[in-house]
Amino acid sequence: MIAHADTIPKQRHPLIAFLLRWLLTTNHKEIGTLYLCLAFLLFFIGGAMAMVVRLELFQPGLQFTQPDFYNQMVTLHGLIMVFGAVMPAFVGLANWLVPLMIGAPDMALPRLNNFSFWILPFAFILLLSSMFMEGGAPNFGWTFYAPLSTTYGPPSTDYFILGVHLMGVSSVLGAINVMVTILNMRAPGMTLFRMPLFVWTWLITAFLLIMAMPVLAGAVTMMLTDRHFGTSFFEASGGGDPVLFQHVFWFFGHPEVYIMILPGFGIASQIIPTFARKKLFGYHSMVIATIAIALLSFIVWGHHMFAAGMPLAAELFFMYATMLIAVPTGVKVFNWVATMWRGSMTFETPMLFAVGFVIMFTIGGFSGLMLALVPADFQYHDTFFVVAHFHYVLYPGAIFGTMAAVYYWLPKWSGRMYDERLGKIHFWTATIAVNLTFFPMHFSGLAGMPRRIVDYSIAFADFNMLSSIGAGLLGLTQILFLYIVVKALTSGEKVTDAQVWEGAEGLEWTLPSPAPLHSFETPPVIEPDDAHAAADRA
Amino acid sequence: MSKSTNSKRRHVAVLLLVAAGMFGFAFALVPLYEIFCEITGINGRTSGEAVSAAPMAEVSDREVTIQFAAQVNRGMPWEFRPTENQMRVRLGEVNRTEYYARNRASGRVTGQAVPSVAPSAAAPYLHKVECFCFTQQHLQADADIDMPVLFYVDPELPEDIGTLSLSYTMFRVPETEVVLSEPVTDSHADHEGHYQP
Repeated sequence: MIAHADTIPKQRHPLIAFLLRWLLTTNHKEIGTLYLCLAFLLFFIGGAMAMVVRLELFQPGLQFTQPDFYNQMVTLHGLIMVFGAVMPAFVGLANWLVPLMIGAPDMALPRLNNFSFWILPFAFILLLSSMFMEGGAPNFGWTFYAPLSTTYGPPSTDYFILGVHLMGVSSVLGAINVMVTILNMRAPGMTLFRMPLFVWTWLITAFLLIMAMPVLAGAVTMMLTDRHFGTSFFEASGGGDPVLFQHVFWFFGHPEVYIMILPGFGIASQIIPTFARKKLFGYHSMVIATIAIALLSFIVWGHHMFAAGMPLAAELFFMYATMLIAVPTGVKVFNWVATMWRGSMTFETPMLFAVGFVIMFTIGGFSGLMLALVPADFQYHDTFFVVAHFHYVLYPGAIFGTMAAVYYWLPKWSGRMYDERLGKIHFWTATIAVNLTFFPMHFSGLAGMPRRIVDYSIAFADFNMLSSIGAGLLGLTQILFLYIVVKALTSGEKVTDAQVWEGAEGLEWTLPSPAPLHSFETPPVIEPDDAHAAADRA
Repeated sequence: MSKSTNSKRRHVAVLLLVAAGMFGFAFALVPLYEIFCEITGINGRTSGEAVSAAPMAEVSDREVTIQFAAQVNRGMPWEFRPTENQMRVRLGEVNRTEYYARNRASGRVTGQAVPSVAPSAAAPYLHKVECFCFTQQHLQADADIDMPVLFYVDPELPEDIGTLSLSYTMFRVPETEVVLSEPVTDSHADHEGHYQP
């Protein structure tokens, strides 16, 4: 059959040929593109749900949604943004960039790579289809605490459980692929400590994924057996304990937070040196700080549960362990600032997003420190202050990081330049909108506005109106982003220079633009540069 | 087979094992959590074992307030309440209180009470000499019962705790797990003697 196909090329309908090409591709660049497109699509779906939430919260009282539907929107927004937008976007970037940065011809396991991607659309069809089922979509928040999700969950919860299982399988297989690629496929001379920071952060992210996602799979499996097979992991009447659910969930959940930010750290560490035209300050300390953050992330889960009841000793332990994370994170922020210090800086769009990332992520980091304080946390717990905190680390962190990466590497991927003027407009409107949306939430939260509730006291009306206006603007700016990307891909100015950016360094910038479908079939030889050679000697 | 293929396979195998191990670890958290709570007494868990009344000898002068609370779990058709809301007790002194339960269902229902102590730091210091929570309680339709608790508070109770609350949640025991070794209460009865072998 194969020989037959070889000798007589089959004439397929172009549409079928197109679909089969993308369905069966094992090329890391094409799979990277697929991941990024899926993430972009789900980003808009999750964003539309956020718009429903903000529209409802525009004024106190019930305007557009009923409480149950509101809860479904909050839940799906969280799940889709975490598992559908941020994580696939980062996996897509890893697919595109890791082989290029280490001089590998492809990922180590190309067919597994294809499988990891194509599980995801089915996972999200399962999850999203729950909206159209009797009893509605999951409505218990993205953290799906038992017994809300076990005893009281709608029937569609089972679709959610299977969806999460599929996402978990996809992430773990994707992470194994990235890790095996980095450990085995580096070009000669590319020692671990000569790898670009993005590769380092992804190596550590892959480790976190392999350690954390199976625990999530365990949690949803326990939910499934509690719901249908008579077990009582989380059911008090059978000797179980709902608080156990929170421990299992957050044992996954806190590493997950770093899964969603470490690749962003890597992106900032690639972009800032380029536009500051200086070497990254403190390369080794960056790597060690990333490892320290990853290890600490496994012993701080209790800070999500201070209000759930915990002995004083445990509260103190989790408080100090959490605050300890500020040290390696501070090292990173310091290094980025030191890289910019006395650099010949220019502010092209990727740099704007990277600098915005550093500044606003730090704001989110500070509110995280406030939340880590046990006595203060009892005031902040489950208020909009928490919402403000994690959106400050996720939006300017993960999302701005991804956007910076798209602007930075799009000319390399496609061979076409985006519109610089529109890119700058995108950055500034997005920055204004992010702060307008999320900054007032600090105040409404401190004043006591609880999260995840459809209605609120009129005392919080002004802050919420500001947040909703900001959110609407933020939604519009992402449509602008879509337009910029489409415009660049269809009619952007052609890029001929391999290096694209004046100060860019790294193997990917030695390839022609656009990067050919197959690259580094003969591995490049890495000449140890002076700085790293000196570091190696030291 | 090239060396690098071998190395890749080894890495894949190790990483798959790690993932499988972490999946198992999620389930291992269940017994670990139980053991941790039992040893430390956190989570308000009190010992499920009766203690002898021997330490009565060391009654101290210090007094604390103990409050009693009761609730029934979802799907449990019983009325269930303490007969007194609180009492002052001296540390080390054995005291007695009673809980009242009545089955409002039209058939026999078996209940199991699960105690919880707040603040949880006090849980290891509350000792029960006798408690209806040690066994299942069986009530016929419309039967009711007064159930005693004999307890003392350990004189070692930390100084900063002045008030304890002892709360029971009454759970309905599924028919498959009912142990009918004790007599079934079918009319108003005093529970005295039911714990004797």
